[in-house]
Amino acid sequence: MDAQVPALLPAAFADWFAARGWAARGHQLAMVEKARDGRDALLIAPTGGGKTLAGFLPSLIELSQRPPLNAPAGVHTLYISPLKALAVDIERNLAAPIAEMGLKIKAESRTGDTGVARRQRQRIKPPDILLTTPEQLALFCAWEGARRYFEDLRCVILDEIHAIWPSKRGDLLCLALARLAKFAPGHRRVGLSATVDDPDLIRAWMARGEGAQVDLVTGAGGAPPIVDVLLSEGQVPWAGHTARHAMPEVHDAIRGARTALIFVNTRFQAEFAFQELWRLNEDALPIALHHGSLSAEQRRRVEAAMARGELRAVVCTSTLDLGVDWGDVDLVIQLASPKGAARMVQRIGRANHRLEEPSRALFVPANRFEMLECQAAREAIAENALDAERPRRGALDVLAQHVMGCACSESFDLVALHDEVRTAGPYRDLAWEDFEAVVDFVATGGYALKVYDRFARIVKGRDGLWRARNAETVLRHRLNVGAIVSPAMLAVRIAAGRRMTPGRKIGEVEEGYLELLEPGDTFIFAGRTWRLMGVTGVDVLVTPAPGEEAKMPSWGGSKFALSTFLARRVRQMMSNEHHWEVLPGDVREWLEIQRDRSAIPSTDEMLLETFPQGHRHFLVCYPFEGRLAHTTLCMLLTRRLARLGVGPLGFVANDYALAVWALKPLDGLDMADLFAQDMLGDDLEAWLAESAMMKGAFKNCALIAGLIERRFPGNRKTARQVTFSTDLVYDVLRRHQPDHLLLRCAREDAAAGLIDVARLGELLARIKGRIRHMSLPHLSPFSVSVILEIGRQTSPGDAREMILAGAAEELIAEAIA
Amino acid sequence: MSAYRHRWHVSGGLTVAIAGGEVVCRPSGALWLESAAALIVADLHLEKGSAYARRGQLLPPFDTADSLTRLGAEVEAVAPRTLILLGDSFHDGAGEGRLCAADALRIGALARGRTLIWVLGNHDAMGPRALPGERLAGVVMAGLSLVHEPGFGAGSGEVAGHLHPCARVSGPGGSVRRRCFVTDGERLILPAFGAYAGGLNIRDPAFARHLARRPLAAVLGAARVHAVGWRSLRGD
Repeated sequence: MDAQVPALLPAAFADWFAARGWAARGHQLAMVEKARDGRDALLIAPTGGGKTLAGFLPSLIELSQRPPLNAPAGVHTLYISPLKALAVDIERNLAAPIAEMGLKIKAESRTGDTGVARRQRQRIKPPDILLTTPEQLALFCAWEGARRYFEDLRCVILDEIHAIWPSKRGDLLCLALARLAKFAPGHRRVGLSATVDDPDLIRAWMARGEGAQVDLVTGAGGAPPIVDVLLSEGQVPWAGHTARHAMPEVHDAIRGARTALIFVNTRFQAEFAFQELWRLNEDALPIALHHGSLSAEQRRRVEAAMARGELRAVVCTSTLDLGVDWGDVDLVIQLASPKGAARMVQRIGRANHRLEEPSRALFVPANRFEMLECQAAREAIAENALDAERPRRGALDVLAQHVMGCACSESFDLVALHDEVRTAGPYRDLAWEDFEAVVDFVATGGYALKVYDRFARIVKGRDGLWRARNAETVLRHRLNVGAIVSPAMLAVRIAAGRRMTPGRKIGEVEEGYLELLEPGDTFIFAGRTWRLMGVTGVDVLVTPAPGEEAKMPSWGGSKFALSTFLARRVRQMMSNEHHWEVLPGDVREWLEIQRDRSAIPSTDEMLLETFPQGHRHFLVCYPFEGRLAHTTLCMLLTRRLARLGVGPLGFVANDYALAVWALKPLDGLDMADLFAQDMLGDDLEAWLAESAMMKGAFKNCALIAGLIERRFPGNRKTARQVTFSTDLVYDVLRRHQPDHLLLRCAREDAAAGLIDVARLGELLARIKGRIRHMSLPHLSPFSVSVILEIGRQTSPGDAREMILAGAAEELIAEAIA
Repeated sequence: MSAYRHRWHVSGGLTVAIAGGEVVCRPSGALWLESAAALIVADLHLEKGSAYARRGQLLPPFDTADSLTRLGAEVEAVAPRTLILLGDSFHDGAGEGRLCAADALRIGALARGRTLIWVLGNHDAMGPRALPGERLAGVVMAGLSLVHEPGFGAGSGEVAGHLHPCARVSGPGGSVRRRCFVTDGERLILPAFGAYAGGLNIRDPAFARHLARRPLAAVLGAARVHAVGWRSLRGD
């Protein structure tokens, strides 16, 4: 053991480690040392490295050496987790060392589920260690007693920080941290993170103000993971996302493992894979299902069974990306495209929490492009090369919520608050004008028409300080704290009787889950096949449809797009024939036919093909920039083609390619001109303003900023009712004050998250002068993957008028019949 | 189901027959009675924004100006002899008091040179106090009975508002929810005209009570009104 160990670890702690047959790890001791020196620190360590203990160890030591107190102390250590379940789990895990060492330390969790009695007791008699979530912290900060409650704070621990910093929840958390730094200037900040590409981004995010340093502590890497790609020799399909062909092999892999986590990209995919696996499950292995459209209660049941070691496999979506550790998981299966390397590393980390043993993972490509992607991801992980992120710029709707919260807690001076907010990483560059606009919005709505002064939510007193208008305003703000806008849930019920009255409830789905289905369609939910009868109010009415083939909408509809980093590696692999050797024979052959019939682009080129097919003329190109950027590009291309008089009829996009088709040939177009960078100007703005995506983004911003309230004292307005009114507000605001703060927020959200404008811009710059146009007599092997997507995806926003006209035509047909 | 008689009107509107007479459903959501030169709009809900602001939700205060500007454009387009506001013209009884001077002038301009009638609704049971125009419980005109709430006039030939009809129409790849007129050939219900007025899906049982058979929906598109039959309509 290291010579300095006795100096860092008190005897009780050293004995405790020894009694368990453990040695304190280097990074755990390093964190103790950082705490002793009063340094802020970010710990990056793989799962299974004793990361959580490393975070708490310094606080446990400090608390164990605390002299007896005359008065009750405040919170010593505040622990923030992105998940409620994780906070509760850590409370349980801390109990063991505290009890075994006989320490007089009280650690308690507080989440939205904590009972009223316990909450009240926690306010009067704070625990030494308080474990909670960003939303609860925001609530604390909007409380009158906040300053006094936290004045003894010595340490803040931010767990799973990699998952929270680049988000609006992260913005909200960082603003609350800036508050805490004012209440208790002496406390330390500790971040705990999984392996990331660039730790400096997180260090800058969590640093307190300009120039402040956060030390980096890196845990020793565990054994490198063993990643295999399922080759399914001779069977990999040309297109599709289901991986149906591989299910027998997946089932075999489950049989060969103790416990397997099977990650998929969409909820429908989860339902489908679950169904297929049970079809093959003759030995009745306990295989369960977990995704965000199942009710919370169903998910908790699966998690509990998993914790008891009763399950052999769980088919899940990103709902299990984070969370409670399950020691028994020894295999992670990624079904269909991995999309990015960093998330894959974190998912693989869910297997085998013993650091010394390698985690095992199996990638299962669903089509031939995905075979390239899986191989590229496998190689990236082996090289420990991960996707890069961008620095975070704080959202102004979140800032509006925070400003209101500050006013609920105590009166504030405008200049002092601006200074405080700029000590939060994401808001370091916040301009005074933007801050003023946010405060103006919080006070009177920020409208050009100044008619709401008498209804102001915050008012400036004679002392020059701002405070909340009255107690009711404060109460309403507290009911609406948070930066997660959860979609409305509908109850799925069995329709009873001829009149189709809502009967027994079988689960809950998010509104929007069934958007692509029509009454009469069959679909799989909670592992069984149902027929959709209709939706009334908050109920989805279904009847059982056992044995029927279920419709599979929106297979490509994952919320994650292929990462820029992985896309580049796929392009490199494709352009280098020597690299093809890692691929199975049928996929190599597919690349060879593509090379002979059309072309394989070099790494820097974009391949573009034009060909006739059926009675249509197609333009297909392969930017490999992800579905979001491709869909946006399709919208803009079709607008241009329409102006050129080509008459585009439709488009389709996936992660690798996009296709546009028209009645007239497209060969003769000036492709350089068609893809010119100036398309990101007026066309983009015009399309965006009308799009449903902007309305959705606006709704989220309006809810977060407090323009629209989610909950009222006494009664509850359902999210479905809110949906409609925000659309009306959006239309009116856009007509009368297009530069309003919330429209700016919505536009930034849509551009960044929903349509990926930045990535599209980089793409257009990358391919300038490098478009390789192949004019072909018929479709190419590559194009099959995207052509087969036609009919499976939603149509563009511009088609809304066509839907109405189409329905009118149907009526004429009805009338003639 | 037998087809409804309807045809395109040059304005982009839809001419439909009710109780033997003809009316034009305009893309704005206003109803045009050509024979009487009367323009009818329902459920303006003026000052709804400020009604919410008073209770702490600071919705954009442009709704009244927006609704009145669109109404002004309709009046300009057809130059009616009579303009009928079919009830719930203000969101609440105190709404008139919150009206800003510019909007009061806009209403004054609408009343100039024609008859302005405020049909009383449930949100504005007393009608405006200081604004020009007549306050009436209902109007009988061109063989039609114009009231705020359906079911209060004669069964046949009743034209009403109150329910804020909306239609959800689905097609390949998505669905659209828009305001609409709804008629069974004997009666007609107008869409709400107000910028902040919400909508009720016409498949809701509240509509069936007032309609003798499966209705025709005249759905408001961007520049024209689309006739949509029951089979193309969806619930929310």
